[in-house]
Amino acid sequence: MGILEVKGINKRFGGLQALGDVNLSVEENTVHAIIGPNGAGKSTLLNVLVGKLIPDSGSVMFDGQSVLGRKPHEINQMGISRVFQTPEIFTDLTVFENVMIPCFAKRDGAFRMHAVESIFAEKGIRAQAEEMLADVNMLEKRDMVTSSLSRGDKRRLEMAMCLVQDPKLLLLDEPTAGMARADTENTIALLKEIRTKRGITMAIIEHDMNVVFSLAERITVLAQGTPLVEDIPENIKGHPKVREAYLGEAQV
Amino acid sequence: MLGLEKKDFRLLLIVIGLTLFAPIILNPFPAGSEMAQFNAGYPDLMQRFVIFGIFAIGFNILFGLTGYLSFGHAAFLGVGSYSAVWMFKLLSMNVLPAIVLSVIIAGLFSLVIGYISLRRSGIYFSILTLAFAQMSFALAYSVLTPITGGETGLQLALDDPRILGAAQTASGNIPVPALFGLEMRASYEMTVGAWAFTFNVGYYLAALILVLSFYMAIRIFRSPFGLMLRAIKSNQTRMSYTGLNARPYTLAAFVISGMYAGLAGGLMASMDPLAGAERMQWTASGEVVLMTILGGAGTLIGPVLGAGMIKYFENIFSKINSQVLHEWFGFLPDGLENFVVTIIYPFVGKGWHLTLGIVFMLVVIFLPGGLVQGGQKIAAALRRKKTDDANPGATKPAE
Repeated sequence: MGILEVKGINKRFGGLQALGDVNLSVEENTVHAIIGPNGAGKSTLLNVLVGKLIPDSGSVMFDGQSVLGRKPHEINQMGISRVFQTPEIFTDLTVFENVMIPCFAKRDGAFRMHAVESIFAEKGIRAQAEEMLADVNMLEKRDMVTSSLSRGDKRRLEMAMCLVQDPKLLLLDEPTAGMARADTENTIALLKEIRTKRGITMAIIEHDMNVVFSLAERITVLAQGTPLVEDIPENIKGHPKVREAYLGEAQV
Repeated sequence: MLGLEKKDFRLLLIVIGLTLFAPIILNPFPAGSEMAQFNAGYPDLMQRFVIFGIFAIGFNILFGLTGYLSFGHAAFLGVGSYSAVWMFKLLSMNVLPAIVLSVIIAGLFSLVIGYISLRRSGIYFSILTLAFAQMSFALAYSVLTPITGGETGLQLALDDPRILGAAQTASGNIPVPALFGLEMRASYEMTVGAWAFTFNVGYYLAALILVLSFYMAIRIFRSPFGLMLRAIKSNQTRMSYTGLNARPYTLAAFVISGMYAGLAGGLMASMDPLAGAERMQWTASGEVVLMTILGGAGTLIGPVLGAGMIKYFENIFSKINSQVLHEWFGFLPDGLENFVVTIIYPFVGKGWHLTLGIVFMLVVIFLPGGLVQGGQKIAAALRRKKTDDANPGATKPAE
């Protein structure tokens, strides 16, 4: 039994079958990549997992509980954090405030009316946020407003905001999309470091084969809304079905 | 100090100082002098300064922190006023229960309106709040006349029950609002040389409440709750994917700002015990938006400054009529005098809106952070100048 169990998911948009009978199992303490050509349904699947889309049928169980019909903030509170294609951070706030917010969310839940306590007096939260920032080498940027950060730092910060919640599952939506070569390498290094240091379970949706094969421990190939194969990376590389799905891109 | 950081505590002290000495600060010109018309230190206007300051502080908690622009906050102010006047009619002329009731009723009212309006965001939220406020205004003006007094407004009468106080005074008049016997209209006049200062009970009560409101606003700004509100303004997607439910946060901010508006309305009725529907009109809602943006949305002191500036324009600038202008420019030759007066006239007196509009445009274009940003720029420029002045001296020995 995996920590995330997707069973028989179907989703239609009008006449288009975006997801057809998708089964997927993400084991605890692995990095599971979901790959596939454009339009394979990767993003749709991800949106189902985080509660943004409700499938027509099927079930999604996380840690023994169904996530279907729950709102994104409830799913996060269950232990799933998400990293976006373009980093979603609080742009008008400082780096430190950005990291404090998930700490509060983790401690106090989805809503708490703590309107008279001072954020300066929250010693525990501050220490936690500081430790996290030190961990991703951003402590010296703590008082910068995040809109002035470089793209790589924004990605790093978003990652820190997810990690500080100590999630049971980290979802990554094309974390290196549109990045320069050097930034991509940095992100891979960061993810590897997170993986070895914290042993966090990750599900990555990715286009870049370089990223996939340097990180993934298990790979699911999606094509036209259905999983084609699921296996370890070594077996995926030369798989005929995968070559077929990728057609022109078949330098796998 | 008081759970505040040093910088915030200093700001609080400044506000306390300003409100405490307002009757003196606002009366810089000797009574009877030509400039005396620019004196703003009379009780009626000073009360308005602080009451609208409270209104704007509350509005800023919603708009400045969460970015939700309500165009219907005057409705809560109006509801607060009506509640207070009803308290004067039914219970007693003590302002305390009246103010407490106005805050509670405005809070309940904003809970209902906020719950519905916050299902949408952006322009749709603004339109919903505007619609609710205009509905309240229309109702108060017509159907609800038994409760609101309709066109004439809600007034006190000699035959009101006032179960905890006298229905009328010994001389057969309607009693005036008071705080345990201390009448709101009571004033102490102090003459120092040619200057005359008025210290008014009502003003000082309102000023005390302003200081408390301001203190509470600082606490909210610096609390985890305030941080969440700023997070909502910044990025709602990240907010929900961080496990936070934005809805109750925005609703709480909406209700708090509604209660501030009710408090302002209750105070307004305490200074002058009548309430009219026009207090709920959209122009009144728009005014508090202007105050907040003019002073600096999202800053602590900005809304208070904005409120002061607009009320000063409305009451002082509007008094400059053509006769005053002719007096000022009397030294010029006749033809030129008339010419100058003709040029300036549309901008003063009844045309004060025009000047305010221009000021507002200039602020929004050049100082998006409002007057507070202007102040910061000036302070930064001064500091730069100071270091420039200091540096040559410091480097000289090295030469």
